[in-house]
Amino acid sequence: MNSYILKRLLSAVPVLLGITLVVFLIMSLIPGDPATAILGSYATAENVERLNRQLGLDRSLPEQYVIWLTNMLQGDFGRSFSLNRPVLDEVLDRFGATLILAGVSLVLCSIFGVVAGVISAARQYGLADKAITFAVLIGISIPSFFLGMMMILLFAIQLRWLPVSGMYSIYGGGDLPDLLRHLAMPALALSVVATGVIARLSRSAMLEVLRQDFVRTARAKGVPERRVIWRHALKAAMVSIIPVIGVQAGFVLSGAVYIEMVFQWPGVGRMLVEAILRRDLLLVQGGVVIVAACYVLFNLIVDVAQSLLDPRVKT
Amino acid sequence: MTETALPASPPKPSAAARAGTFLRLFARNRMAAFGGGLLALILLVALAAPILPLQDPFAQDTTQRFLRPFSEGHWLGTDHLGRDLLSRLIWGTQLSLLVGVSATLLAALAGSTLGVVAGFLGGRIDNVIMRSVDTVMAFPYILLALAIVAALGPGLVNALIAVAVVNIPFFARNIRGVTVTLANKEFVDAARLSGMGDTRIIASEIVPNILPVIVIAMSTTVGWMILETAGLSFLGLGSQPPVPDLGSMLGEGRNALISHPHTSIIPGLMIFAIVIGVNLLGDGIRDALDPRLRSGALTRPLPATLVDRAETPAIAAKPDALLSLEDLRVEFRLGRRTLKAVNGVSLDIAPGECLGLIGESGSGKSVTALSVMGLVASPPGVIAGGALRFQGRDLLAMKPGELRRLRGDKVAYIFQDPLATLHPLYRIGEQIAEAIRVHHPVPQAEAMARAVALLKQVRIPNAKSRAGNYPHELSGGMRQRVGIAMALANEPELIIADEPTTALDVTVQAQILKLLEDLRRERGLAILFITHDFGVVAQLCDRVAVMYAGEIVESGPAQAILDAPAHPYTRRLIACVPELGGGRRTLAAIPGLPPGADDLPQGCAFAPRCDKAQAACRAGRVALTGQEPGRGVRCLFPETAEDRTETA
Ligand code: SF4
Repeated sequence: MNSYILKRLLSAVPVLLGITLVVFLIMSLIPGDPATAILGSYATAENVERLNRQLGLDRSLPEQYVIWLTNMLQGDFGRSFSLNRPVLDEVLDRFGATLILAGVSLVLCSIFGVVAGVISAARQYGLADKAITFAVLIGISIPSFFLGMMMILLFAIQLRWLPVSGMYSIYGGGDLPDLLRHLAMPALALSVVATGVIARLSRSAMLEVLRQDFVRTARAKGVPERRVIWRHALKAAMVSIIPVIGVQAGFVLSGAVYIEMVFQWPGVGRMLVEAILRRDLLLVQGGVVIVAACYVLFNLIVDVAQSLLDPRVKT
Repeated sequence: MTETALPASPPKPSAAARAGTFLRLFARNRMAAFGGGLLALILLVALAAPILPLQDPFAQDTTQRFLRPFSEGHWLGTDHLGRDLLSRLIWGTQLSLLVGVSATLLAALAGSTLGVVAGFLGGRIDNVIMRSVDTVMAFPYILLALAIVAALGPGLVNALIAVAVVNIPFFARNIRGVTVTLANKEFVDAARLSGMGDTRIIASEIVPNILPVIVIAMSTTVGWMILETAGLSFLGLGSQPPVPDLGSMLGEGRNALISHPHTSIIPGLMIFAIVIGVNLLGDGIRDALDPRLRSGALTRPLPATLVDRAETPAIAAKPDALLSLEDLRVEFRLGRRTLKAVNGVSLDIAPGECLGLIGESGSGKSVTALSVMGLVASPPGVIAGGALRFQGRDLLAMKPGELRRLRGDKVAYIFQDPLATLHPLYRIGEQIAEAIRVHHPVPQAEAMARAVALLKQVRIPNAKSRAGNYPHELSGGMRQRVGIAMALANEPELIIADEPTTALDVTVQAQILKLLEDLRRERGLAILFITHDFGVVAQLCDRVAVMYAGEIVESGPAQAILDAPAHPYTRRLIACVPELGGGRRTLAAIPGLPPGADDLPQGCAFAPRCDKAQAACRAGRVALTGQEPGRGVRCLFPETAEDRTETA
């Protein structure tokens, strides 16, 4: 088991390197003089010269990449010019908010999605199945940003249950109930599409499993039907559901960008969009690399979870 | 014919059944048609934008700001600059569709090219391309899109490029897969031998074959890409003012969401309509392409087999029978087609008796066995008639809960192929302990101790440590012992063993049979033993019933039937066993195949394969008659002593 985890950890290294390379290549697409583009309105002759020296922008591309990579490994992701602070500090400040939002959404969509899928499969062609199938269709068809806006109209404006936005910082001030009140709508809006996808997949995975011989064995043993479904069948179905949850994590993280904009959530997604609009390229570059790296590590965790569930994966 | 097919699985559906399932799926197809219609309508209106009598989408009028829908002159109202929303919506839809479709085409073109090159050339190039594709796929997609837009600068074309690039890997992977299979086909080899260059082979042989795949891949991603480009515009990174697309309209509307929600709701609903249309259509296409859905193979079996008897037969008291089957009828109802798997089987098992039920695969023996405890997969299986009684109680009239309490407690099953029948993700000790705990409220530790004791009883060495193993860590024979231990867990009165030794090799088979025989003697178990092998019957059974095409064709004491089979089919089955207990047998020695369960002959079902068949045999149903006490045979011209010496 430990050797499996180690193997997976090592296999993440080339992927992480690949990610930095892709980001680097994209950034080298910047038209015109990069230093001027990066500095934008701060581009005085002196600043341009300093940045060129710092990032090695006057050197060849491979050299630039190595310099950039070495800097990053030392924790130096450059400086955000519009915010006048190190990129790493800003990203770390914002990342917590995104993690809370995306994490809670992922938990919500996993639970709701799997439960809905299991009920749907157990009651195949019944009323519950039809209702869930219909709700799933609607759910996966609503753009999350539109859904978020409609939720604001309904819950914040019409019903006045929840605050519109105004989550400024997750670190100071607000206590847990306050955080939950601010989190409820964005997390829900963000989880809807993924819930639908997971529900669909769970349903078909369960249908697949329920036909298998070991389910008949469980019934022949006299295992109560509820236990047959929620233990025997679901455990086996999880083997194909967990990877999908891993994939959905990427979609939830992506959707968080929209939701953070709609709900003014102080996360890394909103930071990126605002940075792009301000042309703060180093901030974008650093943010993308850090978030993508975290996503790779998350997938690693999913793989390990999978191997813990399924003893047959052990290698 | 070795029996590898699942005993209870219904025969393949015919054309008629396919038509039936098609009808059942009609509701879904109607949804798909609705989606297609909706999309067609939107597309038509968007394309017709230049010729529709629309107002100028850019004309501002500050006196007419934020008019509500249904205002005079502005059906959908106006936006924050007093521009006509209907006009902007239709032009915006056109632009969004255009951008989304262009991004799809771009991604398809670039991705497919990469995929074909990688798949066709293979080797180093393939490796480099696929590694890059994997790396791109390691990003949450929007991060990559944001990075590209950041580098190129916000704008609709750049957003289009970003969305296209993010989707290239999807096409590259799919198309590479198809190309690799194609590149190894004979016609490509033939083209190579005839001296064609790579480029010409790709153009003439590969591309025409992968086009359909590309089109399908495009149809599944286009909705997504429309949504994604709209999303980037919504963030302000795509379409720039004043040009409207659906995303930027929604983004602008957001600023007035609370005061003038219609400016957001209108473009939002349009995006929703497009996406739901694409999804419905896509689902319809996928269902139509997925043969499993059509064959109804993805229906889940109910907790117990459905019972649909025309009448409940009067229960005659049979005090000495532990289990009795009376005129049992089981059908598989597949759409409008009905396959009769069991046609009126009557059997009795006394306490402590071992009855062998023997026949070829498809004879209905497994279905008979599974129906005792309602384990025939349903749908499509239905118990259509007859009665099942256990210790005098009518099993078919029982509530699901009552039946469940009997299962595994008084009546236990041992199945064929224990790799598939044991749960792959639970330790075997847990699985046995569970069998105990669902019937008796004992603590987990005690149940585990009993599980280990049971494993010892079925002669598994190191039972204690073995209990912590998963099924895949055991050998086939060990797994079958686990299956037996599980069946014994609650000291049942009756064990129904459905070909428990078929998947095992000869020595292990002999060991398992010995084990069952010993257990039977020690515990006074009754066993219903399903097999296709007379050798096994000879070793274990007191009595035997031979099944053919869903009916019992001969029954009687095992030794008597082995010595003097009365039915021609029985004689041939026995002839297939050169020496008793010799292990796996094939039944290929009997020419012909058993009749399909949906076209049973009118008279004797064996007539087409019987060398003694005469006109009378085909005339009408042959009854089961007894010549000697305790024996019955369903044949008009039973075997005589001369017949038997002839084959011997
Ligand atoms: S009834 Fe006729 S066809 Fe049928 S087994 Fe007997 S002899 Fe053969």
